[in-house]
Amino acid sequence: MEILLAIMTGVLYAAGTYMILRRSIVKLIIGIILFGNGVNLLIFLLGRITKGNPPIIAPELKHFADIYADPIPQALILTSIVISFGLQAFAIILVKRAYKVLKTDDLDMLNTLDEDS
Amino acid sequence: MSENIITYPLIVHLFFSIVLMFFWNKVKVQKIVTIIGNFVALGVAIAVFIFTWQYGTHVVNAGNWEAPYGIVFVGDMLSATLILLTAIAGLSVSIFSTVSIINARLRFGFFSVYHFLLLGLNGAFLTGDMFNLYVWFEIIIISSFVLISIGGEKNQLEGAVKYFTLNFFGSLIFLTGLGVIYGLTGTLNMADIAVKIQHVNNQVIVDVCAVLFLTAFAIKSAVFPLNFWLPASYHTPPSAVSAIFAGLLTKVGVYALIRMMTLIFPQDPFLMNLLLVLAVLTIISGSFGAIIQNNIRKVFSFLIICHIGFMIGGLGVFNVMALTGVIFYLIHDIIVKTNLFLIGGVIYRLKATTNMKMIGGLYKSYPKLSLLIIVVLFSLVGVPPLSGFWPKISLFLSSYNTGNYWFLGALILGSFITLVVIAKIWSEAFWKNQPELKVNKRFIFFDKLYPIQKWQFVTPIVLLAIFSLYIGFGAQHIQALSERIAEDLYNSQNYIDAVLKP
Repeated sequence: MEILLAIMTGVLYAAGTYMILRRSIVKLIIGIILFGNGVNLLIFLLGRITKGNPPIIAPELKHFADIYADPIPQALILTSIVISFGLQAFAIILVKRAYKVLKTDDLDMLNTLDEDS
Repeated sequence: MSENIITYPLIVHLFFSIVLMFFWNKVKVQKIVTIIGNFVALGVAIAVFIFTWQYGTHVVNAGNWEAPYGIVFVGDMLSATLILLTAIAGLSVSIFSTVSIINARLRFGFFSVYHFLLLGLNGAFLTGDMFNLYVWFEIIIISSFVLISIGGEKNQLEGAVKYFTLNFFGSLIFLTGLGVIYGLTGTLNMADIAVKIQHVNNQVIVDVCAVLFLTAFAIKSAVFPLNFWLPASYHTPPSAVSAIFAGLLTKVGVYALIRMMTLIFPQDPFLMNLLLVLAVLTIISGSFGAIIQNNIRKVFSFLIICHIGFMIGGLGVFNVMALTGVIFYLIHDIIVKTNLFLIGGVIYRLKATTNMKMIGGLYKSYPKLSLLIIVVLFSLVGVPPLSGFWPKISLFLSSYNTGNYWFLGALILGSFITLVVIAKIWSEAFWKNQPELKVNKRFIFFDKLYPIQKWQFVTPIVLLAIFSLYIGFGAQHIQALSERIAEDLYNSQNYIDAVLKP
């Protein structure tokens, strides 16, 4: 399972980086989304994957009796999914607006600011 | 007073940003409320500063969860100082933005988002938890995306796409580093990480993790190979927005680097050398970039990069004297860089352009304003006894004593080129005769404004200039403050003890 997740993470990072380096703005957004998913999988993987019980202490016990799954990585991933969801929504609107105003989706054409103005 | 006082700056900004949402279309009310809000925030920030100065580092556990398990807010001297500076810069920029930004833009919740930005900044300075730092960073960048793209002009959107991509990418790298450090140490509390990371067997992975964090924060603070988004985007939004970005957003990256380098990875020779190399390259690329530009706001953007190099390099030298220099420079830089972009806004209002070639004769027509501006420009260069001079003594001496001659050379070169650039701006925009100006009849020039509006333009600059003068002439106070912060940072055990309460 770990090996599979590690490979998946690597594939997502690689695909994300590749897409970010493309010239189309839409592919840039797709790249960022893929990269973000890769990061989430990485956190999940590095929080150790354990087969165990949910981390809830029974009322009669003072501490964990069994092996339990670490809840923190899941909380982290949940937070980061929510944040990146918001950012991606903003990004899509921004790109749509930029495409309408600039009339191009080629990142190499977005260089009017580098010229002297 | 209880320790909870350090969370009040957050509550103030959150409260006012929510209140402002109720006045969505009433721009006039919003202007008054935001200025009141920033005055309240300034008062609270002063209270926090005095409290921290008297009682030292103190910790608030969110929800009363004990330190390594819950999220902590840590108010040490560095945080308190930065909160105070944020409040000063925030107040000045809010006064400036009430008049410099047109109402059509303000109507889209500008001030509400502005308070969210300040909330995020204060939170990032206060938090003692790595993941919480990430969340504050996200709040900062989300607000900054809105501020940079509000108005939706062609230039702005083009800058916003670049700004968005790089900053979002930086956050993802930060998150990767977080994942790795959680896997290594099993904790997210910065103090706890600092203790546990020494016992990690595989120190190579620790270095990899450090480089991931370094990359993320370097993107935020525009360190050399990752700095090209900054001059491509900072001159596109209205001046008030770029002022707050220039003064505080890049400095949050520097703050995060300082925290990381002093607390989590202290005295790591690999990182120190890497930072020194990056600092030299940053100074060179920033200063040479500034020389060839003709747009005043672009020149200032490149100068931000140049001076980030000073701080990064001081961090790379890493002894008490160098850290003193870094902190002093940080204090000076926040005030001066904010002011520079406000000045850029005033020049735009005077001449309808910020291209040096097309403006001139400012000194002839506005002598008093020009004298005000020259004080700020000289503070930036570091003409003694103004504010930029004093931190450089510490930086020079410490890099000379430790034999970092490359960094020393870059410091001198950077300072010299800053002087050349400022001289160029002065001779082009202020002393040269006014060339033929293409007048757009609809543009509202400075002279056509009501007196109260003129004062709204000039007051923030005066406020910040007075503060710059105080940093220069009252340097012994700031030096004492910086030394105290540097001692705290260098002996990070104090911070760890305060958080974990052994």
